[in-house]
Amino acid sequence: MANKIRVATTSLAGCFGCHMSFLDIDERMLQLVEVVEFDRSPLTDIEHCTHCDIGLIEGGVCNSENVHVLREFRNNCKILVAVGACAINGGLPAMRNHIPLEECLNEAYLDGIGVENPQIPSDIELPLLLNQVYPIHEVVKIDYFLPGCPPSADVFWKFLTDLIEGREPSLPYELVHYD
Amino acid sequence: MSKTITIDGKTIPFEDGQTIMDAAMAADVYIPHLCHQPEFTPHGSCKLCTVNVNGRNCSACTFPAMDGQDVLSETKELIDDRKKITQMLFVEGNHFCPSCEKTGNCQLQAVAYHLNMLDNHFPLFYPDRNVDASHAEVMIDHNRCIFCALCVRASQQTDGKNVFALSGRGIHKHLIVNAESGLLKDTDVDVNDQAVHICPTGAILVKRTGYQVPIGERIYDHQQIDQVSLAASGSRPVATLPPSLAVGKEHPKHGK
Repeated sequence: MANKIRVATTSLAGCFGCHMSFLDIDERMLQLVEVVEFDRSPLTDIEHCTHCDIGLIEGGVCNSENVHVLREFRNNCKILVAVGACAINGGLPAMRNHIPLEECLNEAYLDGIGVENPQIPSDIELPLLLNQVYPIHEVVKIDYFLPGCPPSADVFWKFLTDLIEGREPSLPYELVHYD
Repeated sequence: MSKTITIDGKTIPFEDGQTIMDAAMAADVYIPHLCHQPEFTPHGSCKLCTVNVNGRNCSACTFPAMDGQDVLSETKELIDDRKKITQMLFVEGNHFCPSCEKTGNCQLQAVAYHLNMLDNHFPLFYPDRNVDASHAEVMIDHNRCIFCALCVRASQQTDGKNVFALSGRGIHKHLIVNAESGLLKDTDVDVNDQAVHICPTGAILVKRTGYQVPIGERIYDHQQIDQVSLAASGSRPVATLPPSLAVGKEHPKHGK
């Protein structure tokens, strides 16, 4: 097939659980790759997006690198999708939003129980943490949202097949879960 | 001839003294709501039951039914309004369903599911709110309170106590308890009080019961809130009652 639909995926401040759930479409993946080609994704190890039709974003935005990646996806993807609770509302990483960043770092790297060689990591390679975790719709325009922690494999399948077959994507009651 | 109103073109009888919500529930018509329970004085605060009556929007739970009213409920505009209201309820608190033990039994979540709410639309507030775990059997997680005042009314009107109240206005509104220390352990709340079981969200919880029913087998995992709500009001065969109506009943034990 000459013109396959190009899909990119990434995990920002996420746990890769949404990617694992996506892989739970199991043998349907074979049907999918008949019509879809993966661009930048943990599944391909491609490092940067080229022009894509669909971008799937797992996780919220917690550091400067997340912002750059998210903007790269927005600049290259016709349709950008927030996948999972963390992308939609920050999720578990956003629990730190109630604690000043300095306190978080002190607890993790200086004062916490069992910390050895206490020092706050400051290597130039490390992206700077943001003051708080942001849901991705507060950073770029998002076209579709797939709730769930994680969204089930059937959610990915329903959404992608709707899009690929030219329908407006929709999720029936059974597929909408926030947990 | 008895008096009637119409809701979305359907003729519905009512008796004097009934609100639009009363008449709708009696006629098996679901109007989304969170702060309303038929046995308590209507509060009219959540605004989810907003309907259009003869051209004007008002809360169905507080507006008296009057002969000949033309009520619109399931219009695209009102459904969109309800979705926006629900999104605002989500972003104003800290509603993280994956880590909430009420998930699947939560009416806030169930209304959002019913409205097919897939995102929050608005920026999130992440307000700083605390947890009161001082009581041996009951806890309050203020992060999840939507100020429906159902616990306030249940405590006063059913339990004959005065454990809960709302304090402050606007964004400063918060749930308080009746103790000088401000802690639940110093109130006369009891785990069997209706006030403890009526919370539509995960704000008031009974300790050590949250995972007796596994996630995936809970009330709204397979049933929509309109079915559950109408069953509870007696106009439909009872399926699974919401926790608010199962006061004092032991949940069936699941698992091995």
